[in-house]
Amino acid sequence: MTPELTKRPRLAPGCRLNEKSQPSRVLLMPERALRLNGPSLEIVERCDGSHTIQQIVADLQKLYSKAEPQKVQQDILGYLERLQEQRALDFE
Amino acid sequence: MHAPISNPLALVAELTHRCPLHCVYCSNPLELTARSRELSTASWARVLREAAELGVLQADFTGGEPLARPDLTEIIRAARAAGLYASMITSGLPLDEKRLDELVAAGLDHFQLSFQGAEEEAAREFSGTRTHAQKLRVAEWVKRHRIALTLNFVIHRQNLHQLEDMIALTEKIGPGRVEFAHVQYYGWAFANRERLLPTREQLDRSLEILKKAEERLRGRIKVEYVVPDYYAKYPKPCMGGWGRKVILVKPDGDVLPCHAANVLPGMTFENVEKRSLKQIWEESDAFQKFRGVDWMPDLCRTCDRRDQDFGGCRCQAFLLTQDAAATDPVCSLSAQRGVVDAILRDVNRSNAAAPEAAAPEPEWLYRPNPA
Repeated sequence: MTPELTKRPRLAPGCRLNEKSQPSRVLLMPERALRLNGPSLEIVERCDGSHTIQQIVADLQKLYSKAEPQKVQQDILGYLERLQEQRALDFE
Repeated sequence: MHAPISNPLALVAELTHRCPLHCVYCSNPLELTARSRELSTASWARVLREAAELGVLQADFTGGEPLARPDLTEIIRAARAAGLYASMITSGLPLDEKRLDELVAAGLDHFQLSFQGAEEEAAREFSGTRTHAQKLRVAEWVKRHRIALTLNFVIHRQNLHQLEDMIALTEKIGPGRVEFAHVQYYGWAFANRERLLPTREQLDRSLEILKKAEERLRGRIKVEYVVPDYYAKYPKPCMGGWGRKVILVKPDGDVLPCHAANVLPGMTFENVEKRSLKQIWEESDAFQKFRGVDWMPDLCRTCDRRDQDFGGCRCQAFLLTQDAAATDPVCSLSAQRGVVDAILRDVNRSNAAAPEAAAPEPEWLYRPNPA
């Protein structure tokens, strides 16, 4: 189910980013690790329970200003939904 | 020519073979490692650092029962200091709230709690101990912390009828994840195979129930399940391929490509006290033996699926055909699939025609404790 824009995504218990000092950034979670790059890292870094989805979308639209804004929003919603189904995220 | 060697992503750390449970399907080898030969805390800390340097992301602490090591908190702290994700799979005892608090404070990320059934009596029969009530308490304590909780139900012919109760129990506890893992036939489970393999009908029914649960719980609890591969058409990609993703360290420091590899004849395993994890991963005979495609029989080497299932499981090939380099006989393309079909025929015939009373079931062989 597509999340509402007012929700605040937060990494689920036991899901975290590896240290900044490591050569590549990954989202660590039970039995899995997800490599993050560019936009996916920008999104996951903001899943801290304080940013709303609306704010994340606005930030990413600014960062990737050449991309079609509507498309950026769609991609973010799809990505967050998949992470939530993996139980890597809660929407608070 | 050898394929380029990828780095392992997960370290399976078998901290001890000691365990308060005696499960009839334990994945430990029949020859258990004695306590006196277990690695020290300092050696584990070094192994964890070496693993991180090699590119490992996650440390999975298992056993036996990892809680049987009084230094588990220090080992978890060492894993986190090395930059690893720290996960443990446990029966939930011996554990009290204070010790759990210490494990979490040391940096434990993920707590996997194993269940042997949906209620005490069934669980007692398969594990040879009364532990169910303790597990329910432990789950509640874990939920008070911000760490991941997975419930892990081991399922087989004798407890499959409780599957719906297990799902109900899962919903009541409310973990982020649940695994329903059919027993895989190695070690103690191989010895008890006749009593554990489900019938085709039971299996189909269980898959129906699990698929429904997966749908219904989507977004709340992630449901995962492992099918017994004797019923599969193609073999499982065992360990994600030999020496490709996973490195396993035994309680005494021997380094193996999988849990069961010491059943294979003529293999020698190197030890972390003598060489670095990197050298063992990249150069040791044991890791080179079935890495890539050069070792494969023609059937696998020329098969489209060779990069998906990597020829299946070496230990299973050996246990069922006495040839560790054969195609995994669960593969429907294997000339030796007949071995697996004969086992399935027996299971399905005896259980369909003669329920309960007719022939007495063979006795359980319980796993003991090491010296």
